[in-house]
Amino acid sequence: MQQLQGAANLTEPTLDPNIGTSNIFFKAKGRAGGLLRVISSNPKISTGLGIVAFFVLVAIAAPLLTPYDPNAIIVRGSLPPSSAHIFGTTGLGQDMFAQIVYGARVSLVIGFFAAIGSTVLQVFFGLTSAFFGGLVDDILSVVINVFLVLPGLPLAIVLAALASNADSANKNEFVIALVLLFTSWSYGARVLRAQTLSLKEREFVAAARATGETSLRLIFTEILPNEIALVASTFIGTFVYAVGAEVALEFLGLGDTSKASWGVILYWAQNNTALITGKWWQFVPAGLCVAILCAGLAFINFGIDELANPRLRVERPRRRRYLPAKKKAVEA
Amino acid sequence: MRYLLRRAGFYLVALWAAVTFNFILPRLMPGNPALAYLAKIHSQNVTTAQYNAMLTEFGVNPNVSIFKQYFDYMGALLHGQLGISVSQFPSQVSTILAQSLPWTIGLVGVSVIISFLIGTLVGMLIAWRRGSFFDTAVPPVLTFFSAVPYFWMALALIYVFGVGLNWFPTDSGYDVFNVTPGWSADFISSVAQHAILPVVTLVLGSLAGWVLTMRNTMITTLSEDYVLMAQAKGLPERRVMFNYAARNAILPSITSFSISLGLVVSGSLLTEIVFNYPGIGFALYNGVQGDDYPLVEGCFLMIALAVLAANFLSELVYTFLDPRVRQGRN
Repeated sequence: MQQLQGAANLTEPTLDPNIGTSNIFFKAKGRAGGLLRVISSNPKISTGLGIVAFFVLVAIAAPLLTPYDPNAIIVRGSLPPSSAHIFGTTGLGQDMFAQIVYGARVSLVIGFFAAIGSTVLQVFFGLTSAFFGGLVDDILSVVINVFLVLPGLPLAIVLAALASNADSANKNEFVIALVLLFTSWSYGARVLRAQTLSLKEREFVAAARATGETSLRLIFTEILPNEIALVASTFIGTFVYAVGAEVALEFLGLGDTSKASWGVILYWAQNNTALITGKWWQFVPAGLCVAILCAGLAFINFGIDELANPRLRVERPRRRRYLPAKKKAVEA
Repeated sequence: MRYLLRRAGFYLVALWAAVTFNFILPRLMPGNPALAYLAKIHSQNVTTAQYNAMLTEFGVNPNVSIFKQYFDYMGALLHGQLGISVSQFPSQVSTILAQSLPWTIGLVGVSVIISFLIGTLVGMLIAWRRGSFFDTAVPPVLTFFSAVPYFWMALALIYVFGVGLNWFPTDSGYDVFNVTPGWSADFISSVAQHAILPVVTLVLGSLAGWVLTMRNTMITTLSEDYVLMAQAKGLPERRVMFNYAARNAILPSITSFSISLGLVVSGSLLTEIVFNYPGIGFALYNGVQGDDYPLVEGCFLMIALAVLAANFLSELVYTFLDPRVRQGRN
């Protein structure tokens, strides 16, 4: 749901040549630990990475963090938080903390694989369309734009509902990841297409073309590496969408409701009217986890935006009344 | 004019794609609606003739060629026939949708306008006071809010303001027990009261997008020469901010309208479900819960149509506002 922050880039057909090509990444590659320095020098990226790393560690170390099986009914239902069950128990009597910790695995895995698959599609559609131009571009652009204007989540709901309707065994993580992949690739494809359009006119591409490189080589060794920052940022944007949409689909009961995950926790909280009866522990932790994870991912994206677009960086000390002076300083 | 015709053509293609998706998707899935329906009513005792009749009724009889099915489907759509709802038998899907649509359009429309106005204003102000406390504090806070899933925000608002403080009603679009729908003051105030929490949910969720888009373009415009010129002329600060910088920074916000609208509509679906708000999202949810193919598909089609229409409108506005596009089309 964080895809808006790239909208400014999207709307400018003549992109600043430095946007997205981000020399910083390449300078960093040359020096040992340089990338680490770039990351730690940008507070947004380091905050975001810290948050995401935290959730990844929690998901991996789940069995070490809690002695309980997330799906086992161990005690009486709907116990408020106590020292034995720090997040209380679910309506059925499962340990909420165990459900949250194991549920992180579901969200991260679905989000990650949906985002990977979607990014492959984005790169394929965006680069093919821009690089080959002509009729190919016309057709692919229409496909991209059609998917862009069709609302993603309703389409995802329809797909997941149809899949589970045809066979209730389809209510699983794999189907949800596929559905999210299918409904999330268009925005990134459009951004990458715009960037490729400007990159393919640049001299280094023309030079490589003149030496007789094949199209495939031009795309993968000349163009793609130069927009890797943009690919990274659309990957993370898709990750955010996928995590949010996955939780939403499960909340609607379109996931496997017998297995602990953040969306399923919220599904049962809603179905057991946890809200009206004041059982806040049945929906607060899961929702906060989604929000914090997605905010963490969004912070990484803002950081990448700042690295790739120097104008967005805040310079200190700032002198607002002498804006042009600052502009020159940035350009120099 | 040619530009607008081309855009209109594109939206027709998009609409056709949505309709065709609706046709193809259920047919790509294993099983068929007749089987799903039989499973739903727990009936196995049907004769082959009955089964075939059901297949024909759902428009998926394999003995009829796929092209004929497709044209029958398109023909029915053009006559406004979306089929009969399975879960709310024997209501027409189109009747259910006609009742739901105004609620969703009202909810989304009001939310988008409020969130656009507040978001653009805040984005403008924090870009103007760049590096100040607000500029560093507001974006992360809003990012957090927009990362909260819409439906969870709705749940939290219900918990705090509905159940806890009991300030606002949390269920349905109006007071179904005491008020009859109509143009009466009672009904309108009831609708307004019931809309407050859903609107707040949608505004909080979508605000960050507007603020950040506006802030980022405004920062770019602020380094333009004409802004310096305006300042050098000694124009009042407010005038430079509104008439020079903001005025030129607002276009990308209008372009990003289409993307954000899709997100708000998605958010509104979930919000409606949580609030039992009688809009399209709630109808879609009922369709999903009741394994009601025709209703689910009708809802998707209606949502797609509404989003496409709104996008086309925003492009008309854009063409009107941006002289470069206006001249480009002549």
